[in-house]
Amino acid sequence: MIALSDYLFVAALLFAIGIVGVMINRKNVITLLMSIELMLLAVNLNFIAFSRYLNDIHGQIFVFFILTVAAAEAAIGLAILVAIFRNRRTIEVESLNELKG
Amino acid sequence: MQNTLLTIVLLPLLGSVLAGLFGNKIGRKGAHLVTIFGVGVSCALSMQIMWGFIDGQFTSFNISIYQWATLGDLTLEVGFLLDALSATMLCVVTFVSLMVHIYTIGYMSDDPGYQRFFSYISLFTFSMLVLVLSNNFLQLFFGWEAVGVVSYLLIGFWYKKDSAVFANLKAFLVNRVGDFGFLIGIAAVLFYFNSLDYQTVFNAAPQFVELEHKIDIGFGEWSAITFICIALFIGAMGKSAQVPLHVWLPDSMEGPTPISALIHAATMVTAGVFMVSRMSPLFEFSDTALSFVLIIGAITALFMGILGIVQNDIKRVIAYSTLSQLGYMVAALGASAYAASIFHLMTHAFFKALLFLAAGSVIIGMHHIQDIRYMGNIRKYMPITFITSLIGTLALVGFPFFSGFYSKDAIIESVKFSNIIGSDFAYYSLLIGVFVTSLYSFRLLFLVFFSQERMTESTRRHLQESPKVVWVPLVMLAIPSIAIAWFSTDAMLFGTFFDNVIFVKPEHPALAMFSREFTNVWDFALHGFQTLPVWLVILGAVIAYVFFVLKPHWSKRLSESLSGVYNLLVNHYYFDAFNQKVLVAIGLLAGNGLWKISDQKLIDGVMVNGSAKAIGFFAGIVRHIQTGNMYHYVLFMMVGLISLLSWLVWTFVG
Repeated sequence: MIALSDYLFVAALLFAIGIVGVMINRKNVITLLMSIELMLLAVNLNFIAFSRYLNDIHGQIFVFFILTVAAAEAAIGLAILVAIFRNRRTIEVESLNELKG
Repeated sequence: MQNTLLTIVLLPLLGSVLAGLFGNKIGRKGAHLVTIFGVGVSCALSMQIMWGFIDGQFTSFNISIYQWATLGDLTLEVGFLLDALSATMLCVVTFVSLMVHIYTIGYMSDDPGYQRFFSYISLFTFSMLVLVLSNNFLQLFFGWEAVGVVSYLLIGFWYKKDSAVFANLKAFLVNRVGDFGFLIGIAAVLFYFNSLDYQTVFNAAPQFVELEHKIDIGFGEWSAITFICIALFIGAMGKSAQVPLHVWLPDSMEGPTPISALIHAATMVTAGVFMVSRMSPLFEFSDTALSFVLIIGAITALFMGILGIVQNDIKRVIAYSTLSQLGYMVAALGASAYAASIFHLMTHAFFKALLFLAAGSVIIGMHHIQDIRYMGNIRKYMPITFITSLIGTLALVGFPFFSGFYSKDAIIESVKFSNIIGSDFAYYSLLIGVFVTSLYSFRLLFLVFFSQERMTESTRRHLQESPKVVWVPLVMLAIPSIAIAWFSTDAMLFGTFFDNVIFVKPEHPALAMFSREFTNVWDFALHGFQTLPVWLVILGAVIAYVFFVLKPHWSKRLSESLSGVYNLLVNHYYFDAFNQKVLVAIGLLAGNGLWKISDQKLIDGVMVNGSAKAIGFFAGIVRHIQTGNMYHYVLFMMVGLISLLSWLVWTFVG
């Protein structure tokens, strides 16, 4: 039997990888989206682990909703990405600094 | 009675508003008709009231007609106090004003500002009437300031002339100095008496004096009543042009001549004298203040008269004579001869208005040349102007049987009998002043109406008597200049006319002592021939005749040999130079300092722009944090989130 803490450890690791991915990624917006997705999945993993551990089905149902929303979000994100590329001919994160003060 | 007084006061205001705001609609004729109607009705009603007082059927009348505001215990009211004093003033003001109104039709006939001028002089009359009729200090102050404002407008009537603008600013600023004292005086009255109503204050004055309040104003302790009186008198010094606040009055000659007559004869300058007479229940209790008043008056009477001798502008000579005569009035106030002062104010109003209007008539004839060096022998061309001027001059110098004689002699004799500090100095100053008055008055008369014709040929050809609207007022003023004293000396100086109005302490019996010698008007005048003043007048006239008609080169030689004195006089004792070089310079320095340092640097620089700059500077540093790069924002979010969580965990665990 795998202990709850193992699941939580893996989830935390995934979440950390996601954050670092967002932070150190300088080149590609797609990587950014993927990192965000990774963070979401890490959270999902927590939900499922707790659901199983606490014998509460609500957590798993919640995960379905999150996955649905994440899919929609990914679609929108990619659409924005296409729009950015059309306008700027690049998807480098570094160059997206129009709001510089 | 209340409605009569309201009519007297408000009709000139109505005329002023109509002529001023609807001047273009009612036209020139409409403007002078409506204002003359207003002042004329006021004058007629004033005469009727005066008659009532002479008859004895009226007694004094005191009423508050409108309550303006209430502040705690203090009520600010508008009211009328009508008694023998204000009735006299009403008559003088409205009569002289009416004459000036009529005269203006002729004098200003081709001026583009015709309606505006009528509006101003009516407003001037209104202000003076409010001042004269007030029954409390606040309304007095209102009239006081209103007179000041309108005089500003009138002196600067020809506002395109630089000298006129300078003169009206000067008049206004010098009057501010006086008004500052006046305002402090009123504030002190309010502080000690807790009321602004004349009657309340006057009734409380004797007990107040017994309490012997002291006031510390930085340099030693003063008795409170002396402080109040001197502060009020400083206001009178500004309005009545006493040394050293006299500098505005000669410059006020920049205005049109009718306004000189109005300012110098009936309104404005008489306000100070009237005010001190009205305050006699206060001034009587302070010998120090009376001495101060007496000495200032005497100095003004003598030294300003001397300046009249060297002036060459026809109006300026008369202006200095006004200063000198005001000095006489103020000296009489100081000697507690309030009745004599008001009496001189009245006779002076007639003959001074006459002299000014006659001078204006000469100026019309000379096509606005005012320099007496270019006149001469005008009596041939303007006989009516000449005769009226002669009457005015004789009244001014105090020749027996003319009205000026009675009032001036009463003043000189009262000062002689006065026993307060400074009365000896004042007496001799006034005595020499009589000689000086005669000298400059006859110099003016001889240079203008006698001696050789010195004008240019073209001016001489056009020289003729002024139109009827100009000379009729002259004649109308000449009559009271001769005769007013014949009827009023008995009552006003020696009778009971001012008995309940003017308060004189038994310790100041100057006028009463004089009146014991008096029998009747004719003997008084005949007696005059045995006294020094009349011979001084004749001496002055003779010297003037010798120096300016028989041997004109003597006066030139004299002025050259005494060039030091002559320069001192021509420069008005350097009062103007001192004011300009010292006071104005200090004012400019302070103004520049406040403008450049306090305003521009401190307020604009440090406070307004400074705060904006500080924010800009701070923002300039902070904006570097906002890189526009998403990963930096994420970093900050994470740092924030982690610190928030750590804090939460910390508190829950700890």
